[in-house]
This record gives sequence, C-alpha cells and structure tokens, in this order.
Amino acid sequence: MPFTEEVLARLDADAAQIIGKYPRSRSALLPLLHLVQAEEGFVSQDGVRYCADRLGLTEAEVTGVVSFYTMYRRQPGGEYNVGVCTNTLCAIMGGDQIYAELKEHLAGNGDEKVTVEHVECNAACDYAPVVMVNWEFFDNMTPGTARQLVDDLRAGKPVSPTRGPSHLCTWREAARILAGFNDDQATDGPSAGPASLVGLNIAKERGWKAPTP
Amino acid sequence: MTDTLTPVLTAHWDEPDSFTLAGYKRTGGWQSLPKALAMQPDDVITAVKNAAIRGRGGAGFPSGVKWSFLPQGDSKPHYLVVNADESEPGTCKDIPLMMASPHVLIEGAVITSYAIRASHAFIYVRGEVLHVVRRLRHAVEEAYAAGYLGKNILGSGFDLDLVIHAGAGAYICGEESALLTSLEGYRGLPRLRPPFPAIEGLYACPTVINNVESIASVPSIIGNGAFWCDAPGTEKSKGYGIFSLSGHVTTPGQFEAPLGVTLRELLDLAGGVRAGHRLKFWTPGGSSTPILTDQHLDVPLDFESVAAAGSMLGTRALQIFDETTCVVRAVLRWTEFYQHESCGKCTPCREGTYWMVRVLERLEDGNGTEEDLDKLLDICDNILGRAFCALGDGAVSPIQSGIQYFRDEFLRHQKEGGCPFDPAASTLWGTAS
Repeated sequence: MPFTEEVLARLDADAAQIIGKYPRSRSALLPLLHLVQAEEGFVSQDGVRYCADRLGLTEAEVTGVVSFYTMYRRQPGGEYNVGVCTNTLCAIMGGDQIYAELKEHLAGNGDEKVTVEHVECNAACDYAPVVMVNWEFFDNMTPGTARQLVDDLRAGKPVSPTRGPSHLCTWREAARILAGFNDDQATDGPSAGPASLVGLNIAKERGWKAPTP
Repeated sequence: MTDTLTPVLTAHWDEPDSFTLAGYKRTGGWQSLPKALAMQPDDVITAVKNAAIRGRGGAGFPSGVKWSFLPQGDSKPHYLVVNADESEPGTCKDIPLMMASPHVLIEGAVITSYAIRASHAFIYVRGEVLHVVRRLRHAVEEAYAAGYLGKNILGSGFDLDLVIHAGAGAYICGEESALLTSLEGYRGLPRLRPPFPAIEGLYACPTVINNVESIASVPSIIGNGAFWCDAPGTEKSKGYGIFSLSGHVTTPGQFEAPLGVTLRELLDLAGGVRAGHRLKFWTPGGSSTPILTDQHLDVPLDFESVAAAGSMLGTRALQIFDETTCVVRAVLRWTEFYQHESCGKCTPCREGTYWMVRVLERLEDGNGTEEDLDKLLDICDNILGRAFCALGDGAVSPIQSGIQYFRDEFLRHQKEGGCPFDPAASTLWGTAS
C-alpha cells in the first residue's frame, strides 16, 4: 500500500537528513533502503519506488541494489530476526546443531514474532557459537540457551544481548539505527566482552607492555 | 627484548567507559591530533611512512606509501574511507576495537584526512553489528561537540566531516574497490585496477582506503614518534597487531603482540588446545589464507615468514581446529561461503565456486572419487589468478591447502561411505572422546 501523506512527510524529513550527509545523492541509497525497511519491516515495491523518486533513479536500478545485499528483506519477517552463524568455525563449535534444533523447535523458519535464518561470519569468532538477534551479539550459545532465547522472544519477555544494550531493539528499530538515527543506548553495555580482554589481562598480570618511546 | 604481549590499541578496553570521549581522553586520547595539526600534512605522511606500518587489513601494503600516491595540488576533492566491513571468516579484531575504542579510530581518521587533504571521510562499517554502529556514531557526535570534527578543527583552519555509513550485508564489500562502488550506492562489484583508488577512488577522486586497525594505529605513531621503527616486530613487518584466537582453544580471545610472535607462544597464553585434544589445522589469517598444521607452530607470524610457509598473514585470524574436526566439512563450508558471496561479476569465481561446492558435497557424502580431487585442483587452477578480484583467489586457498595436507582424509570418506567424524565431538559442549 502506498505511503500515506503523514508517513511521507516523516520519511521526507529523515531522507533529507541522510542525503545531506553525502557529496553525491546516490550514496544515500543504502541508508534510504534501511529507512524504508524501518518503516515497513521489509523493502516493499513502495519502498523501492520511494527511494527511486528521492534519488532520481529508476525502480529497476534500486531493485538491482536491494537484491544484492542480504540485510534487506524482500517480504515481511519476524519482529526478531534470529541469525545463527553457520560459517565454518561457529558451525563446528556447535552452530550447525543450534540452527537445526531451532528450526525443529519452531517447526520451520518461524512466524511474525521470530524468524530464524543462518548467517555468515559475524566477526565474533572468539565467542563461538554466536547467534545474532536483530544484529546484536548473543555469545557462546548452546542449543539450550538458544531455545530459551527464542521462547523468551516469543513470550515477549525482556532479552539482553551479551555485548550490547539492555533493551533489545525490534527489527524495525534496528533498521532505523542502520539508516543513521541512533537510539539512546550507545553507552549501554560493556566496553568489551571477556574474550576481548584475555590478552590484555595476561599482559597486566605479567607486567608486559609496549615499549615507551 | 620486547614483551610477548604489547597492548597498545587494546590497552584500555577494560575501562568501563573506554568508548566515551571522557574515557579516551583520560587514558591519553585525542593528544596526537593537536600534534599532527601543528605539522605540515606532508610531514605527517612522512612520519607514517617512516614508521613503516603495513596495512592491517590483510594485504599488508605500507600505509604511508599508499597515502603518498595521492596527487598533490590537484583540483579534485580527496576522500578518506575506512574499511570497517570486517567479514573475513575468523576475523574478529576490528569489531571489538570499534566497540571498545571508537575514538582512537576517529582520531586516526582526522589525522589521516589532514595528511591527505581530505575534507570528507567515511567509515564504512558492516551493518550486522548494531551496537558497534551505535558506538561509532555516538563517538562521532562527541567529537563534533568537542571541536575535533567539523569546521576549523582546534582553530587550525582544517575542516572535516565524518560519516558513519552502515553496509547492508555483502562480504565482497570488504574488497576495497567493491566497497567504494557500494558507498556510491551501487551493487558492490569490484573495479578494475589501475586506476587505483589513490588516483580514482570514491566518485573517481583521489581516495585513501585503509583498514580500521591501520587508521587506529595512526594516533600512536604520531604521538610516539619514530619508536615504531626500531622497536617491535620484525625487519619487514613492523609494529604490533591484534591476533585473534578462536575455536578449539582453552581461552579464545584477542592478543595484541609484536608481529613475528608464533602460534606456539599464543596457544601457550590461551591455555593450549582444549583439554584432551590436539591441534589438527589452523588458519593464520582468515579462511582466505591457506590452512597450516601442527608442523607450523613455530612459524613467526609476520608477512614474510607466513608466506614462506605457504600461506599468508592476512588478518591474523587464527582459527584453531582439533582432531575431532573433519577437514572436508570445514573446507566445504568455507567454499559454500565463497559461492554465496561471489558477486557474480567474473566467470571463474561465479561458476568455479558453484562447481567446487557440488564436488565437495559429493566427497563429504562419501560419493566422491580420487578423480574428484584432481577436478577440484583443476578448477582451483582456473580461478587462482584468473578471477577479477581476490575473492576468487581466497576461495581456492582452503581447497588447495586442505588437499595438500589431508588428501587421505578426503579419500577416507569414499572408503567409509560417508564422513567418519562425529560432529557432536567438535562442539563447545562436546565431550572428549
């Protein structure tokens, strides 16, 4: 359904801010696609048309970009997107088992509340196996903790990422942050998780440091 | 003698507010920028050149030399683009760096932009790390408010705008020319070089594109002067790097050490391979670097020594696999990744990765033959050096090295009619068998 006047006014204000950041307007396409995804939960044909109109592109040009990138949904999905890393290291450390058990637990890929997919390496290998929910880190997962996580999400219970904010964003809220608009949670959560500090802690215990000039 | 571990970039990650302006300043941050602004831009480039730091994104090209390739006195705008699209399987250093210490990256970006005469800079961060995006953007807001970004920075007359740009999911965008195409709002396809980004990068203008760790190293180079030149590292591989240990080790994590440290030393600090098991194979720098085995525990992890051992230092992403791991399964999964992430632009990579997955599936299922190994190596020969960008080269690394070291294991699958390994034994919760 085409965007209402009210929605358009809101989108236009955000789009103007995004486009204003770039020397050339087409650079704003990826963030604008995140923005329309934040509006509808996925990139609809209306969303494609909106981006094309604002940037002076054809719908075909925009569709070609949408289809290249995996983070844009082409159809509606869950409010919480559970991504299980099944790249080699996480898969071997248990990601394959977690993914298989979650699919079985949900009897498929999920519903409008929670959808499960597998994701590629998310740069947290020292916390393997890793599960991402709406692109927040859930470290050192097991089949049991992953099932509990999904159950809590479906029951609407509060869930906190391991290294992230206290409040887990919805899929649409997350897309809005990616479009360029922070929520107020940047200072939540730890500076670093335990694995990130292993080497530093050893160096401190042993008095090791970089030479001073 | 230099200590085994040398925290510089990681030194303050244990401070609860290390990611804030106040936390960064308390530990000496934002003190290199005034020093750099008091220098001539060319002198900043020379200082980084003298430090001889080689790019930390995998390829190892000297950062200062890269900067010096930009034309001077031309009429085009110059750009700095920071490659924060960390996606190479096994690589997990830039993400914790930006989460714990975004200001050191931003300070490095301001100094670099000043040196290369850019007034617009971008940090292209992969989209799948929401909290890192938040932290970067928050740090940028703090830096603007403090006068480290924006107009007339610290009264120097130098202006800079810095944009945090979130990607949308595509491994290929870690390849620098594909990243630039993506940042221009297109499908992330790599470009033919030359022209290199230093001549025609973003919007066909002179552009420096560097990895997060490279740019984050700039404040310490400027702040500490030439000490990088004669202190740590090896002769041709200077300085420190973050080494990431993951997989079947007792205590996986990040270890910042001089280049040239060995896996034996790092494993020792990480408590060794998990109890009751032994090292089978490992990657020195992500999945695109050929695997090594327990024969290579004492190879100095610097650019030259790892190359001499038949692999690449890459991103220092040390993925450790013990004897419970099926090498065919590991190689197949990596190959599926390359097939999925191949951008489709060139035939060898697009078609080659597709067929290699088919052949490897057959082998893993026990339906392969010895001829399949020759077929795989033949396809590898037709990709390596013939693909448009490094993704194709990376895709052949696990296969060629896997067959080189574990040929018998590939064939054992056929003899036994399937995979002889129990995947449950490899898991984090798997018991020693």
